[in-house]
Amino acid sequence: MYAPEFDYYRAGSVSEAAGLLRKYPGSKLLAGGQSLIPLLKLRLAAPVAVIDIGRIRDLKGITVKGGTIRVGAMTTHAELAASSELAEQCHALAQAAAGIGDPAVRNRGTIGGNVAHADPASDLPAVLVALEAKLTVEGPDGKRTLDAGGFFQGMMTTALKEHEILTAIEIPAHSKGQGSAYAKFAHPASRYAVIGVAAVVTTSGGKCSAARVAIGGMVPRPVRAASVERVLAGQELSAENIAKAAGQVTESLGNEVLGDIFASEQYRRSVAPVWVKRGLTQAAERAR
Amino acid sequence: MKFPISVTLNGRPYRREVEPRQLLVHLIRDLGGVTGTKIGCDTSQCGACTVLLDGVAIKSCTALAVQADGTSITTIEGLAGDGQLHPLQEAFWNKHGLQCGYCTPGMILAAHELLRTNPQPSDDQIRHGLEGNMCRCTGYQNIIRAVREAAAAMRRKG
Repeated sequence: MYAPEFDYYRAGSVSEAAGLLRKYPGSKLLAGGQSLIPLLKLRLAAPVAVIDIGRIRDLKGITVKGGTIRVGAMTTHAELAASSELAEQCHALAQAAAGIGDPAVRNRGTIGGNVAHADPASDLPAVLVALEAKLTVEGPDGKRTLDAGGFFQGMMTTALKEHEILTAIEIPAHSKGQGSAYAKFAHPASRYAVIGVAAVVTTSGGKCSAARVAIGGMVPRPVRAASVERVLAGQELSAENIAKAAGQVTESLGNEVLGDIFASEQYRRSVAPVWVKRGLTQAAERAR
Repeated sequence: MKFPISVTLNGRPYRREVEPRQLLVHLIRDLGGVTGTKIGCDTSQCGACTVLLDGVAIKSCTALAVQADGTSITTIEGLAGDGQLHPLQEAFWNKHGLQCGYCTPGMILAAHELLRTNPQPSDDQIRHGLEGNMCRCTGYQNIIRAVREAAAAMRRKG
């Protein structure tokens, strides 16, 4: 398949990329290309220019400072999955990254590209919402920071403005007694999430002091399952209590549950509690 | 628009002016008559186009030639050295890890990636490590055996 013709510019820095975005209206940023290149080949996207930010070194890498984990937007899924710091201090993110696509895709695909693309079947958006991540974006008016919860606005739609670039993601490292996990009902061929559940559990004195659950895959944008979180708060993390809380997930899903030829809306609604239970159970084990 | 790039393909340097939309897999197949890299699904699902970019496996149907500028690319033709088959090629031969052979170049390079990151994989890890590569003849059992044997041979060689 051949993409439509486009011009190509390679940015050496974020400010240069921002300048190019402004100079060529209707252009697209190219990170790892694992979402954009398929779109170009299918001619679902036809930008006048592609601006390659893949060589900007400042956008790469994972650093931990003062209880905050900073992940550069151009960090690959393979790097996230291999990070021992993430595995310990932000388990759900490393776990979700390890399950994206396949090894060759993970070597190219980046967290920033994934998140800016905002595919509802993607894994990382729900994870970032559950982790209460903050996203740094840079544009002509300077830098701003957005909550992951407000960043995802709908199917393939984010709060990024036309000339803005997502540069980094900041996540609070887990505190003592906190654990997280990502449970995915993966489509057997594509490995995309049919249902994705990211869970963060905080324990204190043998009880769950707080739980955060975000659902992806089955909804246009990740949603927090407040109905689940409410039931679990203050309870012991027994199998029975987790199952009872997970059973409340439907209440938080809203009216826009997705369905397709593989899994209907009704089917996804029916099995969602099972995956919420698995996510919470794993997170609870890691919190101990 | 044309964009100038230089790449090293299996140890040989090339300079070309390419259209930005040209896919890496097309560049590779057109450069020097090496056509071991296959185009299968053309949608990054099947893995037939897997190559090593600076030693790391990627799907060359889902990369632009301009992105490979300045890199060193290894295809199946570049794996053997000094007239000696790579242990993976040797093992795929010995264990008959192929049927029609179309998936084999990508399968071997994906196995190369697996053994780079995990030199002693279990059978389960081999299956997961190759999950981005499909054999439509369904010849997976012998492929797993071949990767297992190659891993042991490579560990012996150090």
